[in-house]
Amino acid sequence: MTEMYQVLTDNISRRNRTNSRFRYLVIAGSVITVIPIFMIVGNLAVKGFRQINLAFFTQPAPDTFQAMMAASSGEIIPGGIANGLTGSLLMVLLASLFAIPLGLMTGIYIYENGTRRYARFIRSLTEILQGVPSIILGIIAYLWVVKNITKGYSALAGSVSLAIMMLPLIIRSTEETMRMIPLSIREAAFALGTPYYKMIYKILIPVSFSGLATGVLLALSRILGETAPLMLTALGSPAISFDVTRPVSAVPLLIWDFYNDPNMVNLVWSASLFLMVFVLSMNLLARSVASKHKYI
Amino acid sequence: MNNTTQSDNVLEIRDLSIAYEPGKYAVNGVSASVRRNSITAIMGPSGCGKSTLLRAMNRMHELYPNILTKGDILLDGQSIFSMSVIELRRKVGMVFQRPNPFPNMTIYENVVAGFSLNDIRLKKSQRDEIVENALRNVTLWDEVKESLYRKGTFLSGGQQQRLCVARAIAFNPEVLLLDEPTSALDPIATSKIEDLLGELKKKYTLVLVTHNMSQAARISDDSMFMYLGELVESGRTGTLFTTPKDPRTEAYLTGKFG
Amino acid sequence: MSGDRVTKALLFISSLTILLLSAGIVVSLFGGAVPAFREFGLRFITSSAWNPTSGSEEYGAMSFIAGTVITSILALIICIPMAFSTSLFIAEYYRGTRTSGILRSLVDLLAGIPSIVYGFWGFYALRPLLVASGLTDQGFGVFTASLVLAIMIVPYATSLSAEIISMVPSELKEAAYSLGATRREVIFSVVIPSARSGIIASFILALGRALGETMAVTMLIGNANVIPKGLFAPGNTMASVIANQFGEASGLKMSALIAIGLLLFLITALVNYLGKLIIRRFA
Repeated sequence: MTEMYQVLTDNISRRNRTNSRFRYLVIAGSVITVIPIFMIVGNLAVKGFRQINLAFFTQPAPDTFQAMMAASSGEIIPGGIANGLTGSLLMVLLASLFAIPLGLMTGIYIYENGTRRYARFIRSLTEILQGVPSIILGIIAYLWVVKNITKGYSALAGSVSLAIMMLPLIIRSTEETMRMIPLSIREAAFALGTPYYKMIYKILIPVSFSGLATGVLLALSRILGETAPLMLTALGSPAISFDVTRPVSAVPLLIWDFYNDPNMVNLVWSASLFLMVFVLSMNLLARSVASKHKYI
Repeated sequence: MNNTTQSDNVLEIRDLSIAYEPGKYAVNGVSASVRRNSITAIMGPSGCGKSTLLRAMNRMHELYPNILTKGDILLDGQSIFSMSVIELRRKVGMVFQRPNPFPNMTIYENVVAGFSLNDIRLKKSQRDEIVENALRNVTLWDEVKESLYRKGTFLSGGQQQRLCVARAIAFNPEVLLLDEPTSALDPIATSKIEDLLGELKKKYTLVLVTHNMSQAARISDDSMFMYLGELVESGRTGTLFTTPKDPRTEAYLTGKFG
Repeated sequence: MSGDRVTKALLFISSLTILLLSAGIVVSLFGGAVPAFREFGLRFITSSAWNPTSGSEEYGAMSFIAGTVITSILALIICIPMAFSTSLFIAEYYRGTRTSGILRSLVDLLAGIPSIVYGFWGFYALRPLLVASGLTDQGFGVFTASLVLAIMIVPYATSLSAEIISMVPSELKEAAYSLGATRREVIFSVVIPSARSGIIASFILALGRALGETMAVTMLIGNANVIPKGLFAPGNTMASVIANQFGEASGLKMSALIAIGLLLFLITALVNYLGKLIIRRFA
């Protein structure tokens, strides 16, 4: 019996060493994981800062000739991303118009009827829809809108693809938010004689408002950075336009255009910096809304 | 381990204080001793520090990152803080409030889990012997000998707890710590465990935390009463229960506070 | 009372949109893909031809299937040690501390960066590093794309794994500690076996994300419509060939691209379904 305890004593230092080494591995792995963030943010901040000025936000994108002239003389490229900003704004607004109300209502429907087979089926469909690659939604919007409705690339097609992307995100966050409402609140409302629809509008939605807002903000931050579906639907345009039946640009699309033109390199850094900062700020905003206004 | 100095006290607690955060002492200046081959019960109302005290005896309290410990605990004359934690836990085993057999191991593997976790390779014959001895000692052998290679989750609560005791004594420890071992069990299982503890004290020293005074009165030889982190009174169970010296002890025993 | 009925009807009708959308997507994809399948039959899936010259057009999806599968799996392999160690950091070693909160936020930031920014950064910052290391001469190819893809999917694998790991009951860990196990031993003998299905599910879901990633991969994989010949060779994925060639495609070529889209849709849906299934059975 005692030899086996001798083995124990002999093993102790080896086991302690393995233990420490593993801990270092875990720490090292975690550090390596976050290094890219610092690299990306650092690179973008340093290289993108130059081009950011008022004109950046108010002027449409330059053409390649202007950019080449500026690049060769070491000056800041004239122009900016205004056409992309307006295009993104237009499409996101349109998409929200469609996706937010529908998403909220579907989310509430699933929450209210959660146990029935139809509702569970809808929830599964929503999950599948959420996993569909965005480029495929671009194909769909192309087939539905570009080919049949606007007969050409258009902002409408772009917003349809973005709306389909937003929908499952809003549905799921709505349902999850609602689930966190304590049942006692509903019961109290019913006990006071509140009719069903009033309970939804006057109790359910206001109480979960911050959670719903967070879901919407997160969905928005997700689609603001999307490029692939827009390549097949909105296509891009040098002009600042609000015509939904014509092609329109978007900030990510501009980045893609700039990327393909070697003269526009500086502009790409700035546009990327702007996009990243904007998306990340929305993310942080969403999270602070979530933590500050917790009724629940 | 050097066994030539077999004192009557297996454990000696010397002015032990433990704080989870600076200034807030869960255990405050406790000094006591635990006699060999006895059952010592630690009682007191919730939050009195009895679990913290128990867990200090196998240094499980150190799982909390910012814990502050002052004072000492001696096991057979040696400070437990000067020896390797692994060695300490070989000599001082623990049974927990909720039965916790490892769900990914069979009954057989659970009993020898201590050896496999510590990388101690044993021959099959040694392992078989350990398993049978441990299970016999907890009177579980006859009930499970046909299903040693099944996972332990089909066992009842009481049987699972006895399995956990078997796992702890497979190491042949000197001291067995039990943290409210029957509070999650039904009365029949509880009485079986209590009988078991009475048998086990012949080979081991048992320290038991319980919130059930009658259990302490039934089975323990010595008792310690704790209140707000301090050891109010300790001594032979019979004496403590019939003639408590401290008014707080009397108040607790007569049910004035829980 | 009618307010109730109207509301219930409204809610129900909204739910129909999902139904219609899903059906519509499937129908449109199948419909658009039919010409390609009628022309090439099931050979379309296994052929790696890609010849758009009119008169002898021939298309096959295999180069892109290979590219997608290789980059995604490679990305997963690279991602596993990073996600694994980070989730252990957050859920075990430094659980509940401010450090782990900071780490968690940093990892979430990774998830917020748009794909095109990753691609762009990969092109201008990562590629020169790889070229300088001598592993590849141009910097485009399967490895570069997979590397960036791995960074992109780490947040998804990490957050889910960390959640699963933190759900392991502390009694089990305490039992192991009380028997003398070291922290690492507790992790490998108790925590991981207990959390195993959840961790696997989180990696499968991360794989699902990698499969559909478009922009970053397009910008780094080299856009060669062939089955990649080596780790550092260029190739193409299903998502990126669609992104690159859909705009100017028509007729048979467009149908081929839609067919590739259909295949991508099916593969992604399958992988995601598998991941969710494991979670449901586990939790």
